[in-house]
Amino acid sequence: MVRYSIFTLARNALTGHEHWPRAWRSPDPRPAYEVVIVGGGGHGLATAYYLAKEHGIRDVAVLERGWLGGGNTGRNTTIVRSNYLHPESAALYDHAVKLWRDLSQVLNFNVMYSDRGVMMLAHSQHDVHILKRHVHANRMAGVDNEWLSPQEAKEYCPPLSIDPRARYPVLGAALQRRGGVARHDAVAWGYARAADALGVDIIQNCEVTAIRRDGARVVGVETTRGYIATKKLGLVVAGHTSVLCAMAGFRMPLESVPLQALVSEPVKPVFPCVVMSNTVHAYISQSDKGELVIGAGTDQYVSYSQRGGLQVIEHALEAICELFPMFSRMRMMRQWGGIVDVTPDRSPIIGKSPVEGLYLNCGWGTGGFKATPGSGHVFAWTIAKDEPHPLAAPFSLDRFTTGRLIDEAAAAAVAH
Amino acid sequence: MLLIPCPFCGPRAEIEFRCGGEAHIVRPADPATLDDAQWADHLYFRRNPKGVHHERWWHVHGCRRWFHLTRDTVSDRILAVYPVGSRSPLASREDER
Amino acid sequence: MSPARRLPQGGRIDRRRRLRFTFDGRSFEGHPGDTLASALLANDVLLVARSFKYHRPRGIFSAGQEEPSALVQLERPGGRRDPNLRATRQELFDGLIAYSQNRWPTLRVDVAALNDRLAPLFPAGFYYKTFMWPRWAWKALYEPSIRRMAGLGQAPTEPDPDRYEHRFAHCDLLVAGAGAAGLVAALVAVRAGLRVIVAEDDVAIGGWLLGEGSARVRLDGERPDLWLAQVRAELEAAPKCRLLCRTTVFGCYDHNFVALLERVADHLPEPPAGLPRQRLWKVRARQVLLATGTLERPIAFPGNDRPGVMLAGAAATYLHRFAVLAGQEVVLFGNHDGIYAIARDLRWAGARVTLVDSRQRPAPRLVDELRDLGCEVRTASVVVGTGGRLRLQQVHLTTRARAQETTGLPEVIPADLLLVSGGHNPDLALFAQARGRLVWEEARGIFLPGEAPWPVRVAGGANGCPTVAAAFADALRVAREIVIDLGRTPPSVPLPLVEEPGAAAIEPLWRVPMPKPRQRAKAFVDLQDDVTVKDLELAIREGYGAIEHLKRYTTTGMGTDQGKTGNVVALGLAAETQGTSVPELGYTTFRQPYLPVPFGAVVGPHRGRLFDPVRLPPSHAWAERQGAVFEPVGQWRRARYFPRTGETMEQAIAREARTVRQACGLMDASTLGKIDVRGPDAAEFLNRLYTNDWKRLAIGRCRYGLLLRDDGMVLDDGVGARLGDHHFHLTTTTGGAARVLAWFEEWLQTEWPHLRVYLTSVTEQWAAFALSGPQAREVLRPLVEGVDLSPQAFPHMSVREGRVAGVPARLFRISFTGELGFEINVPAGYGAYVWERLVEAGEPHGLVVYGTETMHLLRAEKGYIVIGQETDGTVSPIDLGMEWLIARGKGDFLGSRSLARPEMRRPDRKQLVGLLPRDPAMVLDEGAQIVEDPTASPPAPTLGHVTSSYASPNLGRTFALALVAGGRSRIGQQLYVTRLEGPPVAVEVTAPVFWDPEGKRLHA
Repeated sequence: MVRYSIFTLARNALTGHEHWPRAWRSPDPRPAYEVVIVGGGGHGLATAYYLAKEHGIRDVAVLERGWLGGGNTGRNTTIVRSNYLHPESAALYDHAVKLWRDLSQVLNFNVMYSDRGVMMLAHSQHDVHILKRHVHANRMAGVDNEWLSPQEAKEYCPPLSIDPRARYPVLGAALQRRGGVARHDAVAWGYARAADALGVDIIQNCEVTAIRRDGARVVGVETTRGYIATKKLGLVVAGHTSVLCAMAGFRMPLESVPLQALVSEPVKPVFPCVVMSNTVHAYISQSDKGELVIGAGTDQYVSYSQRGGLQVIEHALEAICELFPMFSRMRMMRQWGGIVDVTPDRSPIIGKSPVEGLYLNCGWGTGGFKATPGSGHVFAWTIAKDEPHPLAAPFSLDRFTTGRLIDEAAAAAVAH
Repeated sequence: MLLIPCPFCGPRAEIEFRCGGEAHIVRPADPATLDDAQWADHLYFRRNPKGVHHERWWHVHGCRRWFHLTRDTVSDRILAVYPVGSRSPLASREDER
Repeated sequence: MSPARRLPQGGRIDRRRRLRFTFDGRSFEGHPGDTLASALLANDVLLVARSFKYHRPRGIFSAGQEEPSALVQLERPGGRRDPNLRATRQELFDGLIAYSQNRWPTLRVDVAALNDRLAPLFPAGFYYKTFMWPRWAWKALYEPSIRRMAGLGQAPTEPDPDRYEHRFAHCDLLVAGAGAAGLVAALVAVRAGLRVIVAEDDVAIGGWLLGEGSARVRLDGERPDLWLAQVRAELEAAPKCRLLCRTTVFGCYDHNFVALLERVADHLPEPPAGLPRQRLWKVRARQVLLATGTLERPIAFPGNDRPGVMLAGAAATYLHRFAVLAGQEVVLFGNHDGIYAIARDLRWAGARVTLVDSRQRPAPRLVDELRDLGCEVRTASVVVGTGGRLRLQQVHLTTRARAQETTGLPEVIPADLLLVSGGHNPDLALFAQARGRLVWEEARGIFLPGEAPWPVRVAGGANGCPTVAAAFADALRVAREIVIDLGRTPPSVPLPLVEEPGAAAIEPLWRVPMPKPRQRAKAFVDLQDDVTVKDLELAIREGYGAIEHLKRYTTTGMGTDQGKTGNVVALGLAAETQGTSVPELGYTTFRQPYLPVPFGAVVGPHRGRLFDPVRLPPSHAWAERQGAVFEPVGQWRRARYFPRTGETMEQAIAREARTVRQACGLMDASTLGKIDVRGPDAAEFLNRLYTNDWKRLAIGRCRYGLLLRDDGMVLDDGVGARLGDHHFHLTTTTGGAARVLAWFEEWLQTEWPHLRVYLTSVTEQWAAFALSGPQAREVLRPLVEGVDLSPQAFPHMSVREGRVAGVPARLFRISFTGELGFEINVPAGYGAYVWERLVEAGEPHGLVVYGTETMHLLRAEKGYIVIGQETDGTVSPIDLGMEWLIARGKGDFLGSRSLARPEMRRPDRKQLVGLLPRDPAMVLDEGAQIVEDPTASPPAPTLGHVTSSYASPNLGRTFALALVAGGRSRIGQQLYVTRLEGPPVAVEVTAPVFWDPEGKRLHA
């Protein structure tokens, strides 16, 4: 792997950038792998990387139906935070936040992680109660989170309106300073390049059409590029999890719904942090390119179309203009949708499945991007050792049978 | 925004409706006889198909009646509308739970 | 004196009137009918912008909405700032003030243009490869400077003073685009009697016929204006037709939901009184016809971005529509026949024209004709470079054959205008938004419309028609299909006879082929985001060859123009470079909106007060007069407390709470949800929904009920009263009213349709006032007729009907405070009246009116839960210690099976308990965590959290409710509660009832 740095950049500038190698190879699939990961998004590629890096398992293929990062990795609003309510969640997401910190250096690929702070607004006494509960719970979980008065919130985010006459006035805010944003595509590319350098085969345009079992065990997958044998199969396909699991013969507690987002035209720096509001349903940040990146909600029905209705966007922008009246003349440049797989308790599913050798990493719903490094890290462990990573253990599929749910719905009234 | 053909009111905009998810999940007559796994299956596990989906809709800002739709979850085209308690004209064996 | 480039006559401008405007502080004049771009060009202003990345000087590239370069910032009075407006689309008005963007200190001298010199260090995706060391520097150093450099204009700083409207519309046919094809189709539909909406982005109908076509096409022997006027008159007169100009179809959504943006007042300094700035139309169309025409595409060659380089068709438009000759020394470079007509027009207007045709053998007739006019024609030739600093001065030419050689200098000819045309792409963005498939046609190198999932069709130029005559015929055919589909008979619509140049032959050319050494100069594919041919090649070399990777890695097509001119070029180039075909490579998704739409327009009237409707209880006006402090509770605005002069919130609440327990208090509980349940199976129905047994409830009695979700978790609570054998009155929480009714209806309709039950929401029909305290009976007595209030006749948890203050009323003897209580329900219309009578009646007894805060305090003293505070969707009745509410032997009910799971009986589940801080003055934080070890440093396990916490004047101390793991077995233990500042404080775990545990006061 050619190391990326200002020096290699300068050296290549002298030769007109004619000699940069491919970021990752484009191999044909081999007939068998020790581990096959289905899904070339951030989570899948991270899993492959950590399998090779931390567990010495390099005989790994990542199969991607289309192009790397083409699912939710490349369609989210790039927010990273770990201020989840329940200790199990906070621990899992904070594991990711810690990995985000050094990710650019570790991967030698600038993923532009910018811990500019994530602020969640309270608009009613009920919100104050819930957000303060988060602050207290996070602090005991070792996750930074602080309570701000409306004035302090405005100082942190000057465009915010704290007009007490507003329909839903800002009564306070919870701020996680270590939260922030990252460059979504770069995460997929950075992991792909690093995994490839460790020997992982990354195979694009390779769709899984069937999962082969020998009794209760998985033995391989049929793909559009031929049969690939494996004893360990990791499904990391977000919105398509139910489809793949149906191939393996079981159902999942998931629904795949469109989640929409939009960006404005680019403007000079005006918005310094990330702001989220559960009550009025909006979240917003500004990209390095200058666009306001705004998350909207999910559409209400199952859909695999990556599209949704204008009414969802309308609702999000109402909230934005209410919180930031100066943005009313800003213009929406592009809206889009992803397919998110939502669990009944809004927490992910990581671990074993009813089929031996088949591992699941799904159900991240509207908030998977932030977890990417942590998710890949614990999932690689789970596959390598055939037992759940301690942080992943509470997120097993059987919690739906026992009833031991990790209900983040209170925290996830809005997508994140 | 979908155009939902309410069987009682005619075609109306989606914002008048609420989607109730997968249809034909009948609540067991005597849940006490189910084991925990069967009960979990009833409560939480869904087909979530990519393609033909039978689902429940509620005309909340209209006649407030529930009904069923068959919709393609890839094209989002609505393929059939039918009353609660009946089978979709497009029902297949796979739809039976 | 006429400005430099304005011709003495012609154009669709009103020369009698002059409009003054400024650009970067310099004053200019233009005319009505001008765009900002045409007026700038007329005044010989070529440099109008700086590019995104390299800050290269940029001019006006197009004459329409596809403009990638000429973006300006408009400043209007009242803080109306609009960044990134396309100068080519902004109509001129008197007093317009525009600024250039993304430059410092001035447009001519821009320090950041240094980036252009350093460009070798900034290839596509350079930022992924560097800025990683040291780690802290990304946030502190690199990112801030990148951000400062990026962005184009500046965001507004003031709230938007303008108003935006929404309108809904239905039609049989929506026509997008009122050019030749759209108009013919509209005529057919109108004459067939259909309801038609025609939306045109431009200020007038006509499309291409307004500008370039006006000079070239004759309809029935006349200029197109005559025909356009006739069509306009017919469409405007047709009662079922709505013709909207200045209206962009910006979104084609599912099932033919189409969003239009009408610019009502953007051509004026500010909206006239009574008019919105813009109007967003939400149209549901049975059929959609897209007659969106074509977009001209450029060719990539070095230096193709300089001010003075323009699309060929744009120059024709400036000439014919705005009477602006954009240059005197013109080089016209293209690959198809269409450029010959433009050359002729420019020549006639007085320019010197050199035409450079990349094709080997264009039709000799065209070449000869042009040469006869005194133009120079170079065939099999290409432009390989341009010269000039802030504006074009030279063009570098050579033959196609020699362009690939490494030696030999190109010919340099002087020029002030370089026109480029690589062909015309059908504009299918809307079709693709509507999920239509695009099909590649190799011969012309264009996409054509394929299948669509619902009735969306395409006609005219957008359907690949090369001429007006073809567009007419195509539109006629498609419109007849639509009419037949809608069950009507197609009318006869005679088409005018078209005289025009024939279809233009074309040989696709994406880029000028160049030998490597010459490639140092930048050949742009995306002018706005500064993406060059080399960037695309680098991305492909590095493996980012998938079209979406290419887009994301290089940012091509990601600017405000969304690649309207450049995307197809990038695609063609990418396919060519990778040795594959365009269909194999695919295309990037076209997303809404077609053109940027202000947030305010999407929001429409839903701002401020109309953001979310406010619901007010009957006592609101009275409470306002008393100076109450309010709080939002869901959509309701409720009185939180009633401070007297000089009182703090704490003092007011202490007074209110004390008075209720000592004398009596009144509060407006009208916000509670109320459901009227009737029918022979009503009791059976409620038995299946609630944990309790409703069949055994006697008529005239009330019962506290708990609703569970089927997963066993508490959904809502409330009191139900049996008014008759088949008649119940149920209450819900304020926030749960709609949810609970929905829950009832869903089960009734979908699971138990055989039950004979009728549900009616009566939340808004009944005002409900909670009167409680030892004096409550005395206060109420003089007002009541027809009800014996004595404890024997009207015991706790019963209901009576009578009159209160002369108004028919339902009286419930229930209490949420733990005191003797009555809930007085009267028809909502009498609510305010009865409220005031109650207040008057209470005065002699020391009655206090209290708000939600005191209500919460009093119920917590009594250990009553509040849904959403003691519960959060993860709390079961077992956790709450409310198993006594689960009726035995009544059979199954919602949630019962889930409660039987072993998990629900786990001893360490969080259970509701009380907490007494060791320091009786310490008010715990609601939401604070409960820990065993106060010294443990995080991450440390917690046992639960404080759900409610108050200072109680009645207990003379503070107390709290909490959910604590294994809480009931911890009663008497000392635990600790976290604080935001300072160490955790000690508390004693107690039972969750602090006031009158025996319930004597309740039954008084």
